Amino acid sequence: MAVFYSIMHWTVYIMIPLIVVSLGGLFSEKSGVVNIALEGKMILGAFAGTMFMYHVQNVWELAMSPWLLLFLTLLIAMATGIIISLAHAYASINLRANQVISGIAINMFAAAFAIYTARAMTRAGSQHIHFSNVFRIDSVPGLGNIPFLGPMLFQNTYFTSLLGILILAASAFVLYKTKFGLRLRACGEHPQAADSVGVSVTKMRYAGVILSGALAGMGGILYIVPIASAFSGTVAGYGFLALAVLIFGAWKPQRILFAAFFFGLMLSVASQFSAIPFLRDLGIHANFFRMTPYVATLVVLAFTSKNTAAPKAVGQPYDKGGR
Amino acid sequence: MNKDALMSFLSSLVVLAVGLLIGFVILLVSNASSAWEAFRTILTFGFRGIRNVGDVLLGATPIIMTGLSVAFAFKTGLFNIGATGQFAFGGLVAILVGHNFEGLPNGLRIILALLAATAAGAAWGAIPGLLKAFRNVHEVISCIMTNYIGMFLVTFLVDRYAFNPAIGRSQALPEGSNLPTLGFQYIFREEFLPGFYRSSQVNVGILIAIFTAILMYIILEKTTFGYELKACGFNKDAAKYAGINQNRSIVASMMIAGGLAGLGGALLYTSGTETMSAANVLLPYGFTGISVAFLGLSNPIGIIFSGTLVSYLFLGGARTQVLGFSIEVVEIVISVIIYFCAFVFLVKTFLGKHIGRLLRRGKSPEQDRADKGGESA
Repeated sequence: MAVFYSIMHWTVYIMIPLIVVSLGGLFSEKSGVVNIALEGKMILGAFAGTMFMYHVQNVWELAMSPWLLLFLTLLIAMATGIIISLAHAYASINLRANQVISGIAINMFAAAFAIYTARAMTRAGSQHIHFSNVFRIDSVPGLGNIPFLGPMLFQNTYFTSLLGILILAASAFVLYKTKFGLRLRACGEHPQAADSVGVSVTKMRYAGVILSGALAGMGGILYIVPIASAFSGTVAGYGFLALAVLIFGAWKPQRILFAAFFFGLMLSVASQFSAIPFLRDLGIHANFFRMTPYVATLVVLAFTSKNTAAPKAVGQPYDKGGR
Repeated sequence: MNKDALMSFLSSLVVLAVGLLIGFVILLVSNASSAWEAFRTILTFGFRGIRNVGDVLLGATPIIMTGLSVAFAFKTGLFNIGATGQFAFGGLVAILVGHNFEGLPNGLRIILALLAATAAGAAWGAIPGLLKAFRNVHEVISCIMTNYIGMFLVTFLVDRYAFNPAIGRSQALPEGSNLPTLGFQYIFREEFLPGFYRSSQVNVGILIAIFTAILMYIILEKTTFGYELKACGFNKDAAKYAGINQNRSIVASMMIAGGLAGLGGALLYTSGTETMSAANVLLPYGFTGISVAFLGLSNPIGIIFSGTLVSYLFLGGARTQVLGFSIEVVEIVISVIIYFCAFVFLVKTFLGKHIGRLLRRGKSPEQDRADKGGESA
């Protein structure tokens, strides 16, 4: 049973950042801008956030409450994501550049920048930014004592998990129940039509990309906090996985939840297969377990992509004179 | 050189200059006192001595190949971000062939290694191609997935069939399985003590890369097959209307792109300079290939130059470690360059207008009017 609970905990740790980051991708793509830079934004968000925690805990040695620290860390991560997303927005909206290239550049920049700056800014001069994890909630008062559900969902948990679910609900509401959401989606489906009724495509697309930067930056922290005690310049391809979750989730918030759960479970099992007796006894090399989530993604995509649900105008720079 | 090629060349230079300028600022911020020295190193090290020139060419070989891979797919409207996996697969197959097949004469074994690597890369590239053509899976996502799958598979195979536990990497190839150096070692060398030389390990690989680039140029620009592939990239509906089999084109294009990357992997791992890591890390060559491709404006001939240039910058950048900088600085510079590559076409249009005006200024008004009249007619 302990193994089962552990797998469920890890599933949640993994699926929460995937949900938040793919929602970031959702906002961007719904507005019509391809966002392959999610990985880079996650890296920079995680970098800035952990760097802040490192300074608070190890350099300035402030006695800050975990809640305040987490709040400020998330805020800084979001701000960093927004700053870098402006570069992407400017290139793809104002300059009408190739959105994929600009995204690739941001990914490369983020990885190199995070390692380089970490070496310059940490005392040890290493690329690892250490922080102590003071955020874990051993057991949620009351809820943690419920049989079965308690140990599964409300023990060894993080506030960030709840935050991720709240963001999912809020995003679904904003996209489908507000004027802003309708306008944003219009810009991704048919920007000329949106423009013709007075919606500024430029502003809406900026809003989409900025939201994606904020969510992806935050996602970097959501990824790193539950599973590690140091950030080493990588988020292990989660930004790309989030993109796969987005596609697998057919650009719909509810389905993103299921897609992220699927990935979370796969990755969780793959990372802990050696604790699961019957998987360990198969005598299969660890790498085959590690590749399962990626193979599964390909298979799932092969069966679900035939009728793509992508926004129609995604990836195309808006041309006022176009039809 | 016609005007279009000139503009392409100039716009690449502008992009490069802006990237270098920002790189210089980053150097200044991180260590102002030795920033200028480091910048000078990045810019000149590749030309300090003939041996370094050889090393630039050696370093250029794999990234010209991955650059060609990305560019070939891009010309046909596909984004091959999976060059890394195809490269690793090709490299692995070349290593396996190099270690086995002792019965074959050296020359044949090397040729077999290169061909098998190309086939392996093509097979790996065919997966996203087939998924795109028949299941409508976006190639960027499937390439990312095949990169990770390839990484796990390749490190498993290295671990199982070619592992050298002493270095934690693949076993170095026997001498006879490496690419011939064609006497390059007598050209690209420096005398570090009287009568003692250190040679660059540049080999026939760079010639193969250049030859392949020319071949790709011919396929894309001078054959019906290439024309069909490009037509699918420009406008797939028009291509379909013209009777071009779109699915076939997509698969063919991804297979060729994969083959190019796979051959690149073989050229690297049979150069006698590199062994394959058994750790689960994505190789950088595929991603560098993306920058090389865009810097070369996806033109195979341009890629020979952009690949050499990027290799030149990397060599100089690695050298700045002597001054206390880390190699990531160069990666930052390169990523800034790629960012500007995203609007290299914008720069090109801008330059075209601006230089066009400059040219007109030198002419009499009548001539100008006549030129303009000619344009509108």
